[in-house]
Amino acid sequence: MKKRQEKAANLRFKSKIPEKQARLIGFIIVLPVFFFLFYKIFAYVDRNTVSAQQFVDLQQGKIPHAGFRRAHAKGSCITGVFESNGALSTYTSATVLQTGTHPFVGRFSISGNDPSAPDLQSPVRSLALSMSDSGNSQNSEWRMAMNTPPVMPVATPEAFYAQLTAMAPDPETKQANPQRIQQFFKDHPETSAFLDWKQSYVPSNSFAAETYHSINAFYLLNKEGDKRAFRWRLEPSSAEQFPELDTAKPDALQAQLIEILSTGDIRFNFLVTLAEATDDENNPTILWPPERTSISAGQIVIQRHAEQGMCQDRNFDPLVLPQGVEPSADPILRARSAAYAESFRRRASDVLFEGGR
Amino acid sequence: MTERKAIKYYPTRSRLLHWSMAILIISMLLVGLSMVKSLAVWQPVALSLHKSFGVLLLLLLVIRLVNKYLTPRPRLPKKMPDLQKRVARLSHFTLYAAMLLMPLSGWLMQSADGRSVNVFGWFTLPQLLDANIKAYAIFRELHAWIAWLLILTIALHVLGALYHGLIRQDRVLASMLYSKKPKG
Repeated sequence: MKKRQEKAANLRFKSKIPEKQARLIGFIIVLPVFFFLFYKIFAYVDRNTVSAQQFVDLQQGKIPHAGFRRAHAKGSCITGVFESNGALSTYTSATVLQTGTHPFVGRFSISGNDPSAPDLQSPVRSLALSMSDSGNSQNSEWRMAMNTPPVMPVATPEAFYAQLTAMAPDPETKQANPQRIQQFFKDHPETSAFLDWKQSYVPSNSFAAETYHSINAFYLLNKEGDKRAFRWRLEPSSAEQFPELDTAKPDALQAQLIEILSTGDIRFNFLVTLAEATDDENNPTILWPPERTSISAGQIVIQRHAEQGMCQDRNFDPLVLPQGVEPSADPILRARSAAYAESFRRRASDVLFEGGR
Repeated sequence: MTERKAIKYYPTRSRLLHWSMAILIISMLLVGLSMVKSLAVWQPVALSLHKSFGVLLLLLLVIRLVNKYLTPRPRLPKKMPDLQKRVARLSHFTLYAAMLLMPLSGWLMQSADGRSVNVFGWFTLPQLLDANIKAYAIFRELHAWIAWLLILTIALHVLGALYHGLIRQDRVLASMLYSKKPKG
């Protein structure tokens, strides 16, 4: 024991670095070591992942359309009310799902980053809503961003990024490369439900005649703390025929939407599908069996076409949920929020500095 | 000011406030920088904790400012060059300003996106303004710029502390580490 102490003392004594220099080295080295450590932690957390910035870079394309949403750039703003029938009141404490008439601002859009793209060439149509209860009480807001496909092609943001990359125009030919797309779907068998839907899907002649799906699953939560996974869809329920589409117009769907709303409402049935124990709420690539109970929660009544400005300030982040609705652990759903935030940040910056619309 | 008794070491409550906030702030900066990039499943959880801890830090700052006003604090060594004293004062002012502006800009940017800030599921802060994309741009970018300013100032602060502790070997670093003169 004593020997060891002597040895240690000797070692310290024999150190060639004088104390003053040791202190100087300490002074110089501590901060860089910390920064290096933090950098390494970051690199470790980020390994094998796609960042929100990379994602939005890909979505917006080489030359972003300043002031527009980086995805679903082209759309029309609307307002209306949700006539909730309270049918889900035993499942959830969300005030917008209790009996009442709850106002919303919303937006019909087509997919893609081009704000002047022809309406009828887009493969996906969307409806986003931001709804609060009639008293506009705290934690009552529900933002929804719904698409025509009932399922996602892939289950993770990384696979989704790979899909967008595969579908992007080839830098040389400026055209999508069908071989690359085919290869992607071959490598991703989880896309089968989506491909089946795509095969059978025939685009309707109106925004008002599409069915819009929640894409991901969420939970309904009641006061007793019971949780039930669910998906929802809006099914068209307007009885009347819609005016003819002027298919030559790039704004065909928008023009028709304005025409319909100038004379009447557009109605959708808000249908909620409850999951059973065997359904995986965290996988958006799988359709739940058709025999699952669907409950009508009420009618979405779209009443007016609104100025773009009403939607400009809004980020339809699907993770803004009312008390009584919670997100599932679906990786796509969790990723949407951060990607929407990055897109909103870029658009907001455009609007502030360039006065974009 | 003149009535304050000169002391050599910070009292325990001051050191507790300093170090707990230091740990929280550095964690907040690291979480903040990674969560704005991440598409991972934990991102929304991190975001909600970031907001809650941001409010907690704002409360701690208020307590700290009251404590700062009431508590005597050690003087800087008399022999320190004037320039260094000025840098010390300016960097401390910047730290306090950033500690105030970080949570405020965060709260304001949430408000400008039409969101309220919920604190650990206990209560919800009111929205400070109506949804407004230009206001969002201002506060969102401010939140990021002040974060980087804070990171640089903390680096300077640590460098200063090490300079006092290792090079000058005066009592400045020790005054935030110990309650009295350490043995040996």
